[in-house]
Amino acid sequence: MATELKVAWGPRKDNVHLGKEIQRLDGIEKASGVAKYTADVNPKDCLVAKVLTFKGGAALVKSLNLDDAKKMPGVKAVHAFVKEGDELLWDGTLVAAVAAERQEQAEDGLRAIKVEYTLKEHFVDEDDLAGATKLHELRTGELVKTFPADIQAILKKPADDRSDDENKKFEPFQKQLDAVARIKPLGENTKGDVADAIKSAAVVHKGTYGIATISHMCLEPHGSVCRFDGNKLNVNLSTQNVSGTAGQFAGPLGLDQADVTVNCVYIGGGFGSKFAADDWGIAAAKMSKETGRPVRLMLDRATELKIAGTRPSGFAEVTIAADKDGKIVAWDSHHWGSNGGMKGGTINLAQFPYVFDFENRNRKATGLVTNAGPDRAWRAPPHPQLCALTDTALDDIAGKLGKSAVDVFLANIDKTPEKLQATYIAEIKRAAELIGWSKKWHPHGKGGDGAVKRGLGMAIHTWGGKAHAATCTVRINPDGSVESLSGTQDIGTGTRTAIAIVLGETFGLPIEAVKVRYGSSIYPRSGPSGGSTTIGGVTGPNRRAAIAALGKLFDVVAAKHKVDGNSLKAKGGKIWSDGKEVCTWKAACGLLGMMGIETTGEGPKDDGLTSEQVGGVQMADVSVDTETGLVRINQFVAVQDCGLIVDLLTAKSQVYGGMIMGIAYSLTEEQILDNKTGRYINADLENYKLPRIGDIGELIVEMYQPDSEYERGVIGLGEPPVIACGAAISNAVANATGVRVPTIPLTPKRVLDALKAAKAKA
Amino acid sequence: MRSFEYASPETEAEALELLAEHGGNTAVLAGGTDLMNLLKRDVVQPARVVDIKNISSLRGIKLHDNGLLIGASTTLDELNESALAADYRSLTDVIEGIRSIQITANGTLAGDLCQLPHCWYYRNGHGLLAMQNGESLVATGDNRYHAILGNSGPAKFVSSSRFAPPMIAWDAKVRVVRRQWSVVSGQLPNATGNGQRTTDLHEEWLPLEYFFITPKTNSQGVTVLKPGQLITHLWLPAAQETRSATYEVLQLEGLDQPQVSAAACVGIEGGIVRTAKIVLGHVAPTPWIAHEASRWLVGQKLTADTAETAGQIALAKATPLSQNDYKVQQAQTAVKRALLKATNQLGEVL
Repeated sequence: MATELKVAWGPRKDNVHLGKEIQRLDGIEKASGVAKYTADVNPKDCLVAKVLTFKGGAALVKSLNLDDAKKMPGVKAVHAFVKEGDELLWDGTLVAAVAAERQEQAEDGLRAIKVEYTLKEHFVDEDDLAGATKLHELRTGELVKTFPADIQAILKKPADDRSDDENKKFEPFQKQLDAVARIKPLGENTKGDVADAIKSAAVVHKGTYGIATISHMCLEPHGSVCRFDGNKLNVNLSTQNVSGTAGQFAGPLGLDQADVTVNCVYIGGGFGSKFAADDWGIAAAKMSKETGRPVRLMLDRATELKIAGTRPSGFAEVTIAADKDGKIVAWDSHHWGSNGGMKGGTINLAQFPYVFDFENRNRKATGLVTNAGPDRAWRAPPHPQLCALTDTALDDIAGKLGKSAVDVFLANIDKTPEKLQATYIAEIKRAAELIGWSKKWHPHGKGGDGAVKRGLGMAIHTWGGKAHAATCTVRINPDGSVESLSGTQDIGTGTRTAIAIVLGETFGLPIEAVKVRYGSSIYPRSGPSGGSTTIGGVTGPNRRAAIAALGKLFDVVAAKHKVDGNSLKAKGGKIWSDGKEVCTWKAACGLLGMMGIETTGEGPKDDGLTSEQVGGVQMADVSVDTETGLVRINQFVAVQDCGLIVDLLTAKSQVYGGMIMGIAYSLTEEQILDNKTGRYINADLENYKLPRIGDIGELIVEMYQPDSEYERGVIGLGEPPVIACGAAISNAVANATGVRVPTIPLTPKRVLDALKAAKAKA
Repeated sequence: MRSFEYASPETEAEALELLAEHGGNTAVLAGGTDLMNLLKRDVVQPARVVDIKNISSLRGIKLHDNGLLIGASTTLDELNESALAADYRSLTDVIEGIRSIQITANGTLAGDLCQLPHCWYYRNGHGLLAMQNGESLVATGDNRYHAILGNSGPAKFVSSSRFAPPMIAWDAKVRVVRRQWSVVSGQLPNATGNGQRTTDLHEEWLPLEYFFITPKTNSQGVTVLKPGQLITHLWLPAAQETRSATYEVLQLEGLDQPQVSAAACVGIEGGIVRTAKIVLGHVAPTPWIAHEASRWLVGQKLTADTAETAGQIALAKATPLSQNDYKVQQAQTAVKRALLKATNQLGEVL
């Protein structure tokens, strides 16, 4: 009888590796510099490529001449991204790339490029809805005047009244209007009766809230090292998408996808911005093809900040009303912002307000079309913004009622998704204990008599974290060694360690005995790492494949030792039958013959190994210097659920990392676009301010782990801990000072400006 | 970075000779904190970089002329570790605030004094004064970090030196050397310098407060140093009973440029301020001496109230730009806190 092993995680109490605090297998390599990142790859005869970018808000390319650059010493290839007549619509747009023997020769080559621009009007003030509207009306008004009379007549008609012919006729003119648009209505909808609910409310608050655009700011910039071997392209790409980028190179290079290999074992940050080959990656490959030499093209820091991904901004006017107990009875909001790239988008209307679904609700969204580098998915898109615009308004209602935010959030938990309510309640209570909420809390504005005020704030979040589609191969070799192969990557998941834990647990082996191979597109395909999908994406298929392999091994052992395969267990490097040792793991594998065992795992499947949807609560204790505007974190608490934990140490690290990134966007980092020049004026590490260790304060992380969480299976954790930070910290500042600083990050300027405005109003 | 010649002289005279060539299009390398960034961003394009770290006479700290003589290539760590500097708290306050091992290990006092503005228009290639079509980009653009005093002219950047405010408050002097031509037989020296001339080293001791200038054109620079000139030493008068402190408002706990700073030196006898000098940093195109506030303080007891008033007087004539009104509040606070810190009265602050 063939062994039939159930696909499931084992009883929690029996786990040897799973859920324990295990250091990453490659931690020392990464910390000591042994690990080779894309930027470190330096094959023999490698050329260095640098890019020339447009420095301004908007322009037409009047002329472009690359001839002198091509003649510069050491220059081997010059690539143009644009041609004469092209529109350049944001600062940092790529113009050309030069590959040379040495970096400084490449830079000299860039300086030899002759390019002239005709500057065009730009608009970059992403928070200025009134300014954008005014400019929009001006420019579209001017344009409409140039339209023929019959077209103007069509335009005056409501869209529903136009005939098909009229619509067709108007189409090219609509395109012209779209080209000069500065605002885009993104919808509005209503539920219940907001006006009526406001009338009967005990308290009504009107507030303005905002969260600025930030860049991904990957420590390792975007880039690649491309080399050809005959007609085969090998790319070391800093990517979150090892299995999905080969095809992106193949098309533009005229290659078969099968002839392109993409590699990335180590990556220095992606956060959602590294899923593509990108124009600069294609350029590196083309220059490699042209020269027959390897080419390394990593973006410089300024270009990395300008064009390699941003998180969209959001600003909102909110009216929120509550009864005397703090239960929200009405929500009315209009939010706007920009996602750059002339796209005119902002954060999703349908997800607003965040987590809470109030019975009476109006909502409206407007996108601003700005001359800014385009957005890319940024860790938990767009939840940090949604949370920063929702939980702040909720906190202001608490402040107005003189109530604790904890009480007001708890009073409204019945408006959150039903399956999360019990988790939220437990997590809020635990976080409050950890930060000492009941002892420290005071009403808003009672943060002390001196210049330095202290306050508490909280916020809650949610995220899916479902496993992505993925496959893997697991092998048990005749010599007892085991290995896993998959075309996945490690963006912070601890992929190597997580797979080793799963195989080690399944086979009863130490994790060091597991050889984990990943980071190459030649391995079985695995999904891109985004949206907290990787931990489930790698553990599910590997557990399935490992159980299948173990079953096959047990069949062989059962036959040899005349025992029931279903009685067998693998633990401690041995095979056991009903508690009695049958043989060692190595001896068992020795029965396999030359081919060993190879199985394939797939996912996701509905077998309980993985699931989705988490909550999470964060609470901040901050001090605010009301004379300098400085905000410092005293304590910052996160209580986070995430289903079954694979590696407790890595799980906590994810939460710490998320909180640190959250502190950065809450207090210091932002894209600053200059309205005069249209330039990303702080695209450097001096003025794009990131916190240092002294700015972080004391972080307290607790994983919410009752047995019921273990039973849920594996859920992704990368996104959740970065979501609530902005609102929690902003709320703590409001509690300390009694004044809402409307826009995150809470820089000294914004804090002092808000305090002054509040004083003037009073 | 563009290519440049690198020279490493061993004497002041050699250094001056090397600096004078290439029509003076040369740059001095001490710690390199600022120069490396300027070179990498192509803001300056010297034909030659003259490294002064191997000139032994520029190194070290010693008692001299009833004061302290500090060589131009003395590092901040060497200064911080010197027992002789311990009485100059306002200087060690700044070193403490730098929070960068690399900069305190390599950076020098003289290098800090020569820092070019960190104005983001300047560093992004729009020129020292950031003028475009006759209009100041700073005045109408993003000026959140720019000047709130001394900004009525075209220069609206802020002086970037962190040590100038405390050193000016100490009445420091700076030794500037240049080549002086002695003409032989009444003939003018020729371009190649052959034959008809000899050179001497000319030195000038200049009060540091006269070292900084507010330029009216892009090419004027931010100090009196001309091409080919070199700072070799700094001199501080004996500290005696003078108390000092610097208070910098730093957004980050790590390496960061101050948003504003204030340095104070006060002499107190019988509980009354007898001498006072308050100098603000990062508020004007030059370090900004708060003359009126300093004068007002003399004859007062130094308390939280008088310190606050001194801050208000110091900023009474502030002319903030469209986006930097908050710096007025910060600068008032910095003055107050520098005075209280100098007299050990500063309470809880962030």
